[in-house]
Amino acid sequence: MSALDTNSDTGALTAEVKGRSLWQDARTRFFRNKAAVAGLVIFALVLLFAVFGGLFAQWSNEEIDWSMLGNFERIGGPSLENGHYFGVDETGRDIYARTVQGTRISLMIGVIGALVSVVVGTAYGAAAGYIGGRTDDVMMRLVDVLMSIPYMFVLILLLVVFGRSMFMLFVGIGLISWLDMARIVRGQTLSIKHKEFVEAAIATGVSTPAIIARHIVPNLLGVVIVYATLLVPQMIIFESFISFLGLGVQEPATSWGALINSGTDHLRTAPWKLYFPLAFFVVTLFALFFIGDGLRDALDPKDR
Amino acid sequence: MTVFILRRLAVAVPTLLLLIVMSFILMEAAPGSPFATERGVPPEVLANLEAKYGLDRSLIERMGIYIWNVVTQFDFGPSFKFKDRTVNDLIEQGFPVTLTYGFWSFVVAVLVGGTLGILAAVYHNSWLDYLAVGISIGAQVLPNFVMAPILVIIFTLWLGWLPGGGWRGGQIEYLILPVIALSTSYMASIARLTRSSMLEVLNAGFIRTAYAKGLPTRHVIFRHALKPALLPVISYLGPAFVGMITGSVVIDVFFSTGGIGQFFVNSALARDYSVIMGITILIGALTIFFNLVVDILYAWIDPKIRY
Repeated sequence: MSALDTNSDTGALTAEVKGRSLWQDARTRFFRNKAAVAGLVIFALVLLFAVFGGLFAQWSNEEIDWSMLGNFERIGGPSLENGHYFGVDETGRDIYARTVQGTRISLMIGVIGALVSVVVGTAYGAAAGYIGGRTDDVMMRLVDVLMSIPYMFVLILLLVVFGRSMFMLFVGIGLISWLDMARIVRGQTLSIKHKEFVEAAIATGVSTPAIIARHIVPNLLGVVIVYATLLVPQMIIFESFISFLGLGVQEPATSWGALINSGTDHLRTAPWKLYFPLAFFVVTLFALFFIGDGLRDALDPKDR
Repeated sequence: MTVFILRRLAVAVPTLLLLIVMSFILMEAAPGSPFATERGVPPEVLANLEAKYGLDRSLIERMGIYIWNVVTQFDFGPSFKFKDRTVNDLIEQGFPVTLTYGFWSFVVAVLVGGTLGILAAVYHNSWLDYLAVGISIGAQVLPNFVMAPILVIIFTLWLGWLPGGGWRGGQIEYLILPVIALSTSYMASIARLTRSSMLEVLNAGFIRTAYAKGLPTRHVIFRHALKPALLPVISYLGPAFVGMITGSVVIDVFFSTGGIGQFFVNSALARDYSVIMGITILIGALTIFFNLVVDILYAWIDPKIRY
């Protein structure tokens, strides 16, 4: 946040000396952070796995390997010969293909949750912070109220009432993901709304929506990116939680949470069902958290 | 202080009402009747049933009766699926279980997390610090539903030390795994928070003054540094509480403890609306009340807050 401010203040100065932009600076800082770079590499690999992993599968995610059925606990383990790299589940389906599918859905949910929070949270928080006064009070009070509700229970209620579907899951996650972002953005907006460039915009007669969109929001980008990155793993955890309970993504679709849940059914006899999805879940979250931390250090150096 | 508490109450009560109204409207929007069966029920029987459960009245009327019963008699009405049981029966049966291991998880998270954070800050950049930071980074990717199967694999299947589920009236060996599974990620957050705020406080001027006066380290840390350092931790207790009470659903289901979460998920799968709603509202009320307590505690401890 402070880096953004100083940059706008000293923009004229650095221009003469062949300046480095804020983003260049941040990039250098980010790539100096080994954990963050490692996270980025791992995440890229997981992404590649989600996109192209299906090409290497010998079996599709819905195909049933009849030779395994009924005896999967003995012969259904991971094997390179029969093409079930990660083994099969109790209905003879290939866990490798299922993991690719689950990875796609989990990542998609993480990204969509973060996107909603960026769009809605930024607009909401910037508007509340910039307009201020009574409007701000009412808008933020609403956020307070929504935040103090145990949303997981409400979301499950929502899923029960409107039927368990991917769409409702997205709606539910979208409904709550923006609250934190709105608070953070509002705080940032408060700290920049009295800066000279905003006053200049007001003095030249720019309309309020235009000021928010053209002058406030671009200066919030650093913080927004950082928190959006940190939100992705949170959304993935959130979805996995619901799917773990069997209330989220429904068969034949699947996600990491659903796979982990089905893996716990055969802990003793077929642990590979749990190991592979669990490893993907943990490794990806690790990578995402390190990327988020690295971005925070790079873009938001004051906030430790 | 009274004004401050009243003002907080002025937010808490409408929040709770909003939750009740929201749940009610959602239930109303639910398609189908809870009494619909495959064979169909004769209209007269259906009318009788609806009269018995009060479904023949208007929405507003029912909402009023519901809120009145909840507030005055703590009565959440009958379960729609288990005809002979009320929501209260289920709550009475499951809630003590959830409360027991929930309480211990909270205690463990706060005590272990807090201690770890303080030690890490006091012995900054020592192996202890690195260990604490390592644990707290590792634990954030281990939410309860990941922790629980891992714990069962290690302690039940490999080592055979602890039972992988059940409750048996809350005997200690049945309590350990649920408590660890539930508290780990919050313990990590609390450790991280405590560490960073303790580090900040230890670098403050008044701590240097205390050392300069010749006070022993123990004295400086416990009497001077601890209280301001714990402020951010206290404000985290609210979210931690919400997270744990939500996580208890997973624990109840995974460990078959017979807690309230198991009823919640079963009702969610069976579309037993009155039970879901009752539990949602009960937990909402608990959450709001707990946040209220935390707010008041915070205002009481933090000298900077003026009310």
